[in-house]
Amino acid sequence: MRAPAPAYAVNDGVIDSATTALGSKLDLATELVGEVALHVARDSLVETMLALRDTPGLEYQQLMEIAGVDYPDRGVERFEVVYCLLSLTRNHRIRVHVRSDDTQPVPSVTGLWPVAGWLEREVYDMYGVLFSGNTDLRRILTDYGFRGHPQRKDFPLTGYVEMRYSEEAKRVVYEPVRLAQDFRNFDFMSPWEGAQYVLPGDEKAALPETKGAPTPLSADTIQKADAAQTAKVAPTETKTTETRAQTGAGRAEADATPKPRDPDVNPTPGKGQNQ
Amino acid sequence: MSDYLEQIEGVTDAASPTLGDIDIQNYTINFGPQHPAAHGVLRLVLELDGEIIERVDPHVGLLHRGTEKLIEHKTYMQALPYFDRLDYCSPMCMEHSYVLAIEKLLDLEVPIRAQYLRVFFAELTRIKNHMLNLGSHIMDVGAMTPNLWLFEIREDCMGFYERASGARMHAAYLRPGGVHQDVPLKLLADIGEWLDTRLPRLFEDAISLVADNRIFKQRNVDIATVSREDAIKWGFSGPMIRGSGLAWDLRKSQPYDVYAKMDFDVPVGTRGDCYDRFMVRVEEVRQSARIMRQCLNEMPDGPIASFDRKVVPPKRGEMKRSMEALIHHFKLYTEGFHVPAGDVYVATESPKGEFGVYLVADGSNKPYRCKIRPTAFSHLQAADFMSKGHMLADTTAILGAMDIVFGECDR
Repeated sequence: MRAPAPAYAVNDGVIDSATTALGSKLDLATELVGEVALHVARDSLVETMLALRDTPGLEYQQLMEIAGVDYPDRGVERFEVVYCLLSLTRNHRIRVHVRSDDTQPVPSVTGLWPVAGWLEREVYDMYGVLFSGNTDLRRILTDYGFRGHPQRKDFPLTGYVEMRYSEEAKRVVYEPVRLAQDFRNFDFMSPWEGAQYVLPGDEKAALPETKGAPTPLSADTIQKADAAQTAKVAPTETKTTETRAQTGAGRAEADATPKPRDPDVNPTPGKGQNQ
Repeated sequence: MSDYLEQIEGVTDAASPTLGDIDIQNYTINFGPQHPAAHGVLRLVLELDGEIIERVDPHVGLLHRGTEKLIEHKTYMQALPYFDRLDYCSPMCMEHSYVLAIEKLLDLEVPIRAQYLRVFFAELTRIKNHMLNLGSHIMDVGAMTPNLWLFEIREDCMGFYERASGARMHAAYLRPGGVHQDVPLKLLADIGEWLDTRLPRLFEDAISLVADNRIFKQRNVDIATVSREDAIKWGFSGPMIRGSGLAWDLRKSQPYDVYAKMDFDVPVGTRGDCYDRFMVRVEEVRQSARIMRQCLNEMPDGPIASFDRKVVPPKRGEMKRSMEALIHHFKLYTEGFHVPAGDVYVATESPKGEFGVYLVADGSNKPYRCKIRPTAFSHLQAADFMSKGHMLADTTAILGAMDIVFGECDR
């Protein structure tokens, strides 16, 4: 690896010894970007952690971090809970991934590491993942009485409520978020790299092109963007151009100034361009 | 008479209890969130038996700003300044974990001078952070003068920050691929002189007032003793785990940048109390100064950022002359760079302990998930068992020795 990232002990043989220690509990073991990750089933999490902590040759004594990740595209079991373990004696790091959704609880590891208490509370607060066995599963970072789980991908960045101090009520009040300007989320993804939005004209590329018919849409099938605003009103009388009243020729504009009596005579002597 | 006393011994009547038999309820008091010794916005719910602490329930999150959520909506470069605002007492060390995580995902090589500059400023940051922590810890237990002297040093560090990056606190100096800009030679010369003259004089003077001070020791020795087993179980790191006697320093054991070339010692405590944690930090300041001197002696000339133009934008002068540089500049400051899919957990030794970033990239120009591992979370959680059985006045010493900053704890 060329990057100057923290260099801990090599990963050689870690997956093998983890496979030996865990056996069938291990679903998948990967080594990507120089880091070993173990994917295990939710039910066998505690035994896995116990094995990783106490098996000689693995010895991951410290639980450093529990991170939740939300993958809504996965459908079932959208949440992933990632445990980052550290071995002080072997100087090695490993990650354990389990998957869950917002109803099926993940077994708590507070029995193995008391530090997991707050870390699990945070994952619960941010994602709504439940932990069975955690006796103190309160919210931790959000406000007292907060609703929702803000780190979920479907939770808006602005949230739903905002608070201010109300001088009339003499207390803090909560109100729905009102933004003077919409949050500007620029999409810099170039159209050549699989943009998700549809640009005008994209529909032509999607349809198969037949010979001699470059545009499969005829004029009357094209829906204009402003079709809703300009609803057609049938004219009450046929429009002709016989009189000046009908054409509007010679009529002054609404903001027109009075015309000079004689356009050839400069009405302001001494200020013309030739003076 | 004695017969009667023997007869009533151990007999209490629940129907008419005498005064001594009433079960006195414990007090529950609120500490903070506006208490000056809470070091920010910490609310502690303390259950007291007289003046003895029975239970501590820290309520955190009053400074929660949704940094991780905001980072998911920014490009990798735009997310960098958020890290300064996490632990605002040691900004560059926060950036350090983040840029290393990005570089690990990109597998990006960083020029050697940039690595030296990062280590150099990370150690300056460590001094800067410890000045605040040591000073406020001393003040929390009753001494005023050292804090003022240590803030002088902190002020100097802020000045060096400004001369390197333009900002006194929120530097945004470390960038993926290197550092933002090279430092002037005069700045390095001035820091070198400062390391030899002003820093040791002010620092040793200030510490000499408290290190052997009787009152200071009375307030700190044998307060909140943490055993090695507890320190491991509760996920301690940094000066907290070293105070408990474990010589664990990520700069030594998992060296990043040029720490492998640096020669420094890892101080450890012997008893695991607040005084040990304090003295570990004191010695770390001296070791940081030692690392900085080595950096000054060994730092080579050369580029300060990678030449990979798909990640590091060209300098403005180059951008004005070269069309290709202009295109790169525009693309990097609008779209940003794309990071290949993958996830890494990168942790560095911040002044407060292990500061980690778990970064999930999905191949786009924005992080899919950026979980920040704050040092304070595990330390503050341990406040309950550390405070149990101590006096109410010891709370401030325990908090001071933990070194907690809420920008980082609450994110």
